[in-house]
Amino acid sequence: MVIYGVYIVSKSGGLIFNHDHNVPKVEHEKQFTYPLDIKLTYENKKIVVAFGQKDGINVGHALTAVNGSSVTGRELDDGRDVLEMLERPENFPVNLKFSRAKMTTNEKIFLASMFYPLFAIASQLSPEPRCSGIEVLEADTFRLYCYQTLTGVKFMIVAEPSQPGMEILSKRVYELYADYALKNPFYSLEMPIRCELFETNLQNLLETVEKSGISNV
Amino acid sequence: MTIHNLYIFSKSGVLLYYAEWNRLNKSGITKEEEAKLMYGMLFSIKSFVSKISPLDSKEGFLYYKTSKYTLHYLETPSGLKFVLNTDNVAQNVRNLLQQLYSQVYLEYVVKNPLCQLNEPIQSELFKLKVDELMKNSPIFLNRSL
Repeated sequence: MVIYGVYIVSKSGGLIFNHDHNVPKVEHEKQFTYPLDIKLTYENKKIVVAFGQKDGINVGHALTAVNGSSVTGRELDDGRDVLEMLERPENFPVNLKFSRAKMTTNEKIFLASMFYPLFAIASQLSPEPRCSGIEVLEADTFRLYCYQTLTGVKFMIVAEPSQPGMEILSKRVYELYADYALKNPFYSLEMPIRCELFETNLQNLLETVEKSGISNV
Repeated sequence: MTIHNLYIFSKSGVLLYYAEWNRLNKSGITKEEEAKLMYGMLFSIKSFVSKISPLDSKEGFLYYKTSKYTLHYLETPSGLKFVLNTDNVAQNVRNLLQQLYSQVYLEYVVKNPLCQLNEPIQSELFKLKVDELMKNSPIFLNRSL
């Protein structure tokens, strides 16, 4: 029973709130000898695995540390270029640490605005008349629930595919939003939600649902 | 339960095949434009799913559901994309799509030397077999009957 995160998207498609709840950390450290048996490339300011999956290190994982010192962009702490360093046999054996790239806030805002047209196209391409947008989207690792209110605000919950009761949970989050965000005189509509009460109540709600199921809220 | 329509896209986004059975809502745009819109949406969903996924995904996007219909998606490792719209109560649609790929597409398109891959499928036999498979599946039930 895991809930990965909650996103709230405003009527105009902007991300106004996000809360990461239980995001599993995927990290692997391994010793490598020369020559490297995985292929690394530099893209999006990160060094990522392009080919060769082994021991939990998958394609798309980013290099985070070399021999314990962290990697920023393509450089080590002392300014050496990582890719050049890994081409020299005298630097081996070497300890490389990989992890699944975490989403930055910017990427989250980008994804939230990307969901907005998907939601609209899904209702346009419908074979049946008068259809809503995407309500549930499932992939093999998660299920995304989207509840759109009459005012156009979307509440999105990302959870494990087996987690039940998420439709009800999204409505409960809407209640919290109405109670703690909208009734807060310092909150202006369409702006990011920074209300402490809202956040603590949401956190409590998610924890209760994870521990004892949706029937207790 | 009912099946609405089927799209098959090639790796590069060409609409290889389109068929519809029970479709009440016409989108109001031409078939070509609709196919482009559909492919564009699927392409975006794929990248959306791979970014928002908390763990490494293998198959990625499986389906989405709206209030009126469910879109099921199957992509083969070669990039071929099968999209089937059904109503919300249909079960085991993934199996049906896999059957469509292995028993119809492979048999009557790939094994037919006159069928060019990556071009819209003209074969009458293929059309017939797709129709047969869909109409024989338990999901298919015309509500007008």
